[in-house]
Amino acid sequence: MKTTFLDFEQPIAELEAKIEELRFVQDDSAVDISEEITRLEAKSQALTKDIYAKLTPWQIAQVARHPQRPYTLDYLRLMFSDFQELHGDRAFADDHAIVGGIARFNGQPCMVIGHQKGRDTKEKIHRNFGMPRPEGYRKALRLMKLAEKFGMPVLTFVDTPGAYPGIDAEERGQSEAIGHNLYAMAELRVPIISTIIGEGGSGGALAIAVADTLMMLQYSTYSVISPEGCASILWKSADKAADAAEIMGITASRLKTLGLIDKVVNEPAGGAHRDHAAVASSLKRALAESLRQLADLTPTQLVERRFERVMAYGKFKEQAVA
Amino acid sequence: MSWLQKLLPPKINRSEAAGRKSVPEGLWSKCPSCEAVLYTADLAANQNVCPKCSHHSRMRARARLDGLLDREGRFEIGNEVMPVDPLKFRDSKRYADRLNAAADDTGEGDALVVMQGAIRTVPVVVACFEFEFLGGSMGSVVGERFVRGVRLAVEQRLPFVCIAASGGARMQEGLFSLMQMAKTTAALTQLSQNRLPFISVLTDPTMGGVSASFAFMGDVVIAEPGALIGFAGPRVIEQTVREKLPEGFQRAEFLLEKGAVDMIVDRREMPERIAGLLAALQRMPALAS
Repeated sequence: MKTTFLDFEQPIAELEAKIEELRFVQDDSAVDISEEITRLEAKSQALTKDIYAKLTPWQIAQVARHPQRPYTLDYLRLMFSDFQELHGDRAFADDHAIVGGIARFNGQPCMVIGHQKGRDTKEKIHRNFGMPRPEGYRKALRLMKLAEKFGMPVLTFVDTPGAYPGIDAEERGQSEAIGHNLYAMAELRVPIISTIIGEGGSGGALAIAVADTLMMLQYSTYSVISPEGCASILWKSADKAADAAEIMGITASRLKTLGLIDKVVNEPAGGAHRDHAAVASSLKRALAESLRQLADLTPTQLVERRFERVMAYGKFKEQAVA
Repeated sequence: MSWLQKLLPPKINRSEAAGRKSVPEGLWSKCPSCEAVLYTADLAANQNVCPKCSHHSRMRARARLDGLLDREGRFEIGNEVMPVDPLKFRDSKRYADRLNAAADDTGEGDALVVMQGAIRTVPVVVACFEFEFLGGSMGSVVGERFVRGVRLAVEQRLPFVCIAASGGARMQEGLFSLMQMAKTTAALTQLSQNRLPFISVLTDPTMGGVSASFAFMGDVVIAEPGALIGFAGPRVIEQTVREKLPEGFQRAEFLLEKGAVDMIVDRREMPERIAGLLAALQRMPALAS
């Protein structure tokens, strides 16, 4: 697969093009240029590392949305076995923007639920760009209840620009569907581990992310509104998205510092899209560790602990009332 | 001074500007719906409902609580909780300055006022959004005050009522605001576990993060006539689907038709209706009307 380069990756793209060219001429070249190729490859690696070491929040948002970034179904393939997808909300339809089902994680049965984006145009439309409608959230809820009934941990993977803002979604109760999930997840009697793998877009993300352990991949984002949305409301211009990204605190490292997430899972140099297997293996280790930490808690302890976690969200001061 | 002004008796003889100023600002209001010109005091006495066409205008939190709660035995909860600026947020203005300006304009510390009291003698805890405070947006303080209200209701074994009026989550507190959706909604599980009713009243507007969290989790969900209620704002939807929105889309009547709310209640009947529901849900005797 040819790597798609983002704007700020242009120096890498130029170098890679040069390497590609040299490889092409190497075959019918009299002189050995393999040494030169190796040298350039090392340079490209170093350059990638260099650029990724100082990404701005807005650049990280671009990486989080990278078209070659691994999606939920990729992680299902790379980290789980025996996946059996379960479809539909039993009331209206099957939403393709959320996938879910029973799978085994290191042999242990569990419920996997995640947003799903598409890679080519046709699949993007099929997956509605990862923006669920109410039936998607209701399917997720049904699967969580199923997991609870049979004592399976729930592992969710978040990757959505947000819940779908459409006429049909409103008609079928988008708000109620999201609110209902928040409510149900607060009292679900099995472990819930959520990982933001790409975009964590507002309420549409949170609706499957009220968790005992909340993790983020290094170059994923999680925010109350998209940087573009925030910019167009507060600055009256979507061009200020980079400023909005900066100030809102949407990156994994910032949110870890603010105490809003539990763990940052590192990605390979140059982002998850450059090495799916590597990021999956890091994430698998992190998930296994989180499952171990929660394994000894009784259902009542789990719910109480989760409740206290959620109640602790927020920053305010207390002062004597005049 | 012109010859005409010299001729006029002193009482009439005032400059035009001074004459205008002597009429207090806002003495008259125009109904935004039927355009009837109304005496503002009459409108306020009628709970901001137009006496001509019953259009429900927005209402300040304290005025609403005043109309809803019995005079005796009210007290406020959670007003010791005050906002901070956790991200040092700044767009064209600093968030800290916006907070100060909103506090000066409204006399409130944040966008939620919570009170314990009684509605037509039925004891209750009521949380009411102040839309004039940064669009009634939900940040850490709104979440915490809401939770303290719920906690008190559980301790005192009282039902909980929330009157929503909000544009959604407060952007200036970033992800802290998003997490208030989880926090407020999770708190409701404690009411359920104790079999205490939660009545959710949706007023104009109830959108975004408030709509998509606790607002629809009421045991009974009531909407005010004509209120705009929804997840995404109409403009965002129009830009996404690139078609014109149907007439009355996301209005209370539309939601009733779609099965999203239990009933639409006129603001002037709200206290009786809520009290009646709360009494029935708690197996109390019927209220004397």
